[in-house]
Amino acid sequence: MTPHEALTLDGITHTFGGHRALDDATCMVARGTIHALLGENGAGKTTLMRIAFGMLRPDAGTIRIDGAQVTLRSSADAITRGIGMVHQHFMLVPAMTVAENVALGTPGPLDLHAVRDRIRAIGAATGLVVDPDARVRDLPVSAQQRVEIVKALARDARTLILDEPTAVLTPEQGDELLQWTRRFADNGGSVVLITHKLREARRHADEITVLRRGRVTRHAMTGALDDAAIVEAITGGQRLDGDVAPRATPHPLRHTATSNVGTEVVLALDGTTVHDARGLTRLHPTTLAVRRGEILGVIGVEGAGQRELLRLLAGRLAPTAGRATIPAEVGFVPEDRLHDAVIPELTLTENLALAEAGRAHGWLRWSDVADRTAALLTADDVRGGGVDVQMRTLSGGNQQKFVLGRERRRASEALIVENPTRGLDLQATARILEGIRAAAADAAVVFHSTDLEEVLRVATRVVACFDGRVREVPPPADPDDRTPYGRVLLGAE
Amino acid sequence: MDALLALWQGAFGSAYAILSATLVRATPLLLLGLSVATAFRSGILNIGAEGQLLAGAMAAAAVGLASAEWPSAIAVVAMIVAGIVAGAGWAFIAAALRRWFGVLEVISTIMLNFLALHLVSWLVRGPLQEPTRTNPQSATLPDVAHWPTLVPGHRLHLGFALGLLLALALWVMWRHTAVGFRLRVVGMGARAAASAGRVAVDRTVMGAFLLSGAIAGLAGASEVGGVTWGLYDGISPGYGYTAIAVALLARLDPRAVVPSAVFFGALEAGAAAMQRDAGVPAVVVQVVVAGVVLAVIALDEWRRARAVRGGVDA
Repeated sequence: MTPHEALTLDGITHTFGGHRALDDATCMVARGTIHALLGENGAGKTTLMRIAFGMLRPDAGTIRIDGAQVTLRSSADAITRGIGMVHQHFMLVPAMTVAENVALGTPGPLDLHAVRDRIRAIGAATGLVVDPDARVRDLPVSAQQRVEIVKALARDARTLILDEPTAVLTPEQGDELLQWTRRFADNGGSVVLITHKLREARRHADEITVLRRGRVTRHAMTGALDDAAIVEAITGGQRLDGDVAPRATPHPLRHTATSNVGTEVVLALDGTTVHDARGLTRLHPTTLAVRRGEILGVIGVEGAGQRELLRLLAGRLAPTAGRATIPAEVGFVPEDRLHDAVIPELTLTENLALAEAGRAHGWLRWSDVADRTAALLTADDVRGGGVDVQMRTLSGGNQQKFVLGRERRRASEALIVENPTRGLDLQATARILEGIRAAAADAAVVFHSTDLEEVLRVATRVVACFDGRVREVPPPADPDDRTPYGRVLLGAE
Repeated sequence: MDALLALWQGAFGSAYAILSATLVRATPLLLLGLSVATAFRSGILNIGAEGQLLAGAMAAAAVGLASAEWPSAIAVVAMIVAGIVAGAGWAFIAAALRRWFGVLEVISTIMLNFLALHLVSWLVRGPLQEPTRTNPQSATLPDVAHWPTLVPGHRLHLGFALGLLLALALWVMWRHTAVGFRLRVVGMGARAAASAGRVAVDRTVMGAFLLSGAIAGLAGASEVGGVTWGLYDGISPGYGYTAIAVALLARLDPRAVVPSAVFFGALEAGAAAMQRDAGVPAVVVQVVVAGVVLAVIALDEWRRARAVRGGVDA
């Protein structure tokens, strides 16, 4: 209850359908400071801040704003109390002007003239200059982000929550924004900076709170922490976490299995780059070769470039520049199973035929496809019904076993697997990892998972993506040492 | 009660009612229902069956009017081809707008419906107007361009047979051929079709759109050759819109489009009789039709919602 606390979340617990997203998490943001919230994907950073912004109600715990305990029923409630949040995906109406967007949701009668004046006044006072009459869809992303902040300021926000604000910006724009947050804090505001870029937090924040699996694992003044300590808090320390249940596979296979790595290069990138629709560089020039028998582990936080890297190697994305040399058919297990891998309303047989839909011609021989489906179900232990049940009736684990089995049969030379065990139970996870290892017997395999331990258990070699760059991570001397991985993941030097 | 009896009599009460009223009304609904089902199955919200029908009707009428000296079989085949090409061409405008400019086909096809309507209006007051230039309609087609009837002495014509054949062909295509499977998967999950299936989604959608337009164009040719024997304003009383209901009631299954089209054809035929014999306005039937369609859609959604919940538990 220090007098200068701006926003306090005390002992917050939140459960999503049985999954404990936050477990007794506490975070105190002081007036006039920048507070960085660090953690891996799914650590609970965004959930915690959504609670602070009134979008979610906590199961337990209290929220205090300027020292007074409050109950937030909606984000309108939070806004009234001086909280503003800029989401990773902007909440703007593209077809409307800046002034209209700012006016949207403001209580009282609509007075666009007053809103325009207010936007200009905020621009003059804070340096966040935007043209009130510009249409949002015509603005570059950095300006749209400014509009989001101006929107919060126009409603007198004194505490700003920024969710991964630099993810959509160029490095220069990112620096500019973070320098602005410093001025905002100096003038009595407070900023919560959700990020997974370590350098950003170290350089710009006064205090750092680290979340891991819904719990606060570290909180300190920035000066009191070095990179190693933060990385340890984020990744769970040097040893396997106590709360990680033992895997069904007892002996880890880290950086081994080099014996059956062939010499034949199956997948190769040569100075390959990828730009997104807005022209931002998602993958800087990358040169890489994957041999038969190899399992290339790819690690990286969301948006670091691994998504593009995997799709390039799978032949599902054309490079903007450079060359990608890959076989005609590459097996691909994408992260978003229900949208990219299968059609839930079709039967298992039809979903097997889906893999051949593009190159099939003439008559389809369903009885033949059904036989092959039945063989796959038996060989890969897919349970939950026969070949004629709809895909959606299967459990996630069985769906994934089906997809992995199908993709292994589609192409014998190369297999790309993206985050395959998300949401699966231990047994299904073990089966999937086993399948990936088995595939490497005669194929080049690329495997990405947000779970570092999983990658280390399966991969024969590891590369890390950070900010669109791919770097090889040499195996550390002590096989239990996680620090080198954490450092590259978070961009520490 | 009298009204319902009149409705039934008008639709199924006699050989005349069935073969000259109900099934004749059902013919365009059958073809257009298949057109709509083709589009919807591939995820294309083609609301333009009406316009594509009119395009087919205009082309078929133009060809039919010029066919006086030809053998009958050639005249009929030429009308069919003209209708198909014109319908596909009309659909191509909306398909191209969607593919290259991202224009929603719901909007463009509705606009194209109005355009086609006014084009017919202009044609029957201009280039295709009958020689005396008094009425806004074309001359009557020469006898060789009249489509053959299926049952002697009744109005039921070749178009209905084509519709039955087409229903069967579409079912076989969707169920048993690679092309048909592609058309289905782009409608059910375009992302999975592209990523897992490596299907050229844009090209497949374009093909489905053209096929849908071609079938609607055939319906236009069938109306001109089998029923109206000429072109005039209001040649279609909104068949293209009723066809959406026909296709939805059939749950987009081409086999089920046949009874669904006959059901709606019977309602249309019966409504006319009901108005005549019992003095009940025909719009009452339209209210019933709308009610049926809403009930079917609601039931479908309710079932799907229940199935999804069940799936999560499983």
